[in-house]
Amino acid sequence: MEQAPRDPERQLQPAPLEPLGHPDAGLQAAMTENNFWLKKIEINVSEAEKRTGRNAMNMQETYTAYLIETRSVEHTDGQSVLTDSLWRRYSEFELLRNYLLVYYPHIVVPPLPEKRAEFVWHKLSADNMDPDFVERRRIGLENFLLRVASHPILCRDKIFYLFLTQEGNWKETVNETGFQLKADSRLKALNATFRVKNPDKRFTELKHYSDELQSVISHLLRVRARVADRLYGVYKVHGNYGRVFSEWSAIEKEMGDGLQSAGHHMDVYASSIDDILEDEEHYADQLKEYLFYAEALRAVCRKHELMQYDLEMAAQDLASKKQQCEELATGTVRTFSLKGMTTKLFGQETPEQREARIKVLEEQISEGEQQLKSKNLEGREFVKNAWADIERFKEQKNHDLKEALISYAVMQISMCKKGIQVWTNAKECFSKM
Amino acid sequence: MDMNSFSPMMPTSPLSMINQVKFEDEPDLKDLFITVDEPESHVTTIETFITYRIITKTSRGEFDSSEFEVRRRYQDFLWLKGKLEEAHPTLIIPPLPEKFIVKGMVERFNDDFIETRRKALQKFLNRIADHPTLTFNEDFKVFLTAQAWELSSHKKQGPGLLSRMGQTVRAVALSMRGVKSRPEEFMEMNNFIEIFSQKINLIDKISQRIYKEEREYSDEMKEYGPIHVLWSASEEDLVDSLRGVARCLDQCCKATEKRMSGLSEALLPAVHEYVLYSEMVMGVMKRRDQIQAELDSKVEALTYKKADTDLLIEEIGKLEDKVECANNALKADWERWKHNMQNDIKSAFTDMAEENIHYYEQEQIVDFLQLQND
Repeated sequence: MEQAPRDPERQLQPAPLEPLGHPDAGLQAAMTENNFWLKKIEINVSEAEKRTGRNAMNMQETYTAYLIETRSVEHTDGQSVLTDSLWRRYSEFELLRNYLLVYYPHIVVPPLPEKRAEFVWHKLSADNMDPDFVERRRIGLENFLLRVASHPILCRDKIFYLFLTQEGNWKETVNETGFQLKADSRLKALNATFRVKNPDKRFTELKHYSDELQSVISHLLRVRARVADRLYGVYKVHGNYGRVFSEWSAIEKEMGDGLQSAGHHMDVYASSIDDILEDEEHYADQLKEYLFYAEALRAVCRKHELMQYDLEMAAQDLASKKQQCEELATGTVRTFSLKGMTTKLFGQETPEQREARIKVLEEQISEGEQQLKSKNLEGREFVKNAWADIERFKEQKNHDLKEALISYAVMQISMCKKGIQVWTNAKECFSKM
Repeated sequence: MDMNSFSPMMPTSPLSMINQVKFEDEPDLKDLFITVDEPESHVTTIETFITYRIITKTSRGEFDSSEFEVRRRYQDFLWLKGKLEEAHPTLIIPPLPEKFIVKGMVERFNDDFIETRRKALQKFLNRIADHPTLTFNEDFKVFLTAQAWELSSHKKQGPGLLSRMGQTVRAVALSMRGVKSRPEEFMEMNNFIEIFSQKINLIDKISQRIYKEEREYSDEMKEYGPIHVLWSASEEDLVDSLRGVARCLDQCCKATEKRMSGLSEALLPAVHEYVLYSEMVMGVMKRRDQIQAELDSKVEALTYKKADTDLLIEEIGKLEDKVECANNALKADWERWKHNMQNDIKSAFTDMAEENIHYYEQEQIVDFLQLQND
């Protein structure tokens, strides 16, 4: 927990990272471009592997490890050279993200893919070891790294760089930053949320928006899962026609061929749903990312509320000290104080004692005023930086969601094309019966 | 072809019939048109039942008028079917819809049930009208034209309950003895109909299941579109895209509904009719077997000289004729039935495929438009 007054910029931001290759004077200019990092390096999460090991309690466990390959892209010919390759597991990704959350509270930190499979429809298993789930998670982790790498501020973080390049000891390095200690406690944050009096209206609106986003996407994913389930049923039952037509064709002379081949097309129809729903799952993953982004938005809002509350408390404290001081100086007691009561009960204090107290208070007031000033500055900086990132996020979100909806429409069209083809073939077989 | 005199009960020479027997449906020469509609509920102190209006239009001379309108209830249809089976034991009589469906029925008279039944009853009567023999049946004519009281009195004629029961007992007894020598072609028919019955039952179940799955899919889809509209309320820049997606999904819903109604109007009733038809055919096979068994038992009696030989020989002669008639009738009708079955199944499934193609085309159009907007 933060005790000493802190100097935000220097202590929260580690030393700016030098980009791979050349220490670049053009760094400042390049920072405004979102994808400048991507021009220099490529990141792939190319493989997933089951591993067994021992956990913290020395018990055997099975987990999946992911291979991260980083390539630097040569400027001139676009060729890429493998510069780093290492294995990480999901918990290490989580550690990285938690670190980023603490050190960049004004940034909407990209979310990780889900830890456990949710919004499953019946055929999909909720098993973390299921190969389809692992595959989708691999893609999600790659997406996470790319998001971080293409963020103008996050990409320059040293710990992130080490995550991609230093296999051993990375965990220790992260823990050594002491970020867990710097994290705001949940309780403190909750308290601030309820008691803050004047948060920036934009953040209040943002909080409502993120709640709505989370609620509507959850609902949509739930219904989509049910629709997928039903669609699966419709397709698969048609497969039964295949079997029965085939058996029936054995006793028919004229109808036999038609029945048999129609049956084959029914089988094709029934098995086509597997690929269709597999593709749809990727669409669901795109929506899920923004579902989790809602939580990242809320985190930024919480930080603002915390800072604002802190500011309000400091101002309140300062005001009360000033008033105390004034009362002591003028001798009037307008506010109830324990000291006042005990004075009444046990006798007045001496003028020397009073002077001493006033001096202490004046010191505290002076200190308090400094603190308030810096907190104000801090708060305004935060709001400015956070809002800049939020604007960036909004653009990204609008672009991505639109793309996702378009790709969904494309998927549906492809499904329809397949359907038309299968049923046209079936119709031909039927008409030949 | 003089069909009016065609009946296994009458002693006609088998030879003259073999050459004449060839059943074909001739829709161009259709001169009897029947519709079944206007279900109406009737409540009496004893029971509640539904009657259907039956309108018949015809240009046939033997009908007194060119148009008839009567009201009939399910019991009347059952009576007609019974009479037809009696008169033509080895013809394939069209099936009636079931009395009531046990599974999933809340009340006997819900709207879907009545509508399904109405369509099936109309099909039943039209199939009879299209049948080259059954269409000239006297009871059929009475059914279509007689007023309520006329029908009641007509029903009371004919073999009484006891004699009909007696026939049934004898039939059961004979069937217990088994068929000694079923001719090859009827063995084939039997095998066919057994397997066909199995398969068509499965197809019926599969088709019902598909309908159910599509219904559940449609229900979920109804919720899917509106969520996107809700979302668009908090996203300024994505309003068009999200609303576009919502529109697409709603169109998909509509397309699904259409696909489903295609199923329930065409494929499901057609397949179900053949489920019932296959039961009818199996019944016909049994009756043929029974007729043959009767002959076989008399022949056996002759070999053991159990009764008066001359009488036996005469009876055997009659029975041989009867068997011959029955077999020919069945053979001809079988070919006709199979031909119809093939056409009906083919067109039912072709239509279903067409519906599905249409469904995907609709969806595709809608999605293309969405893409263009984006």
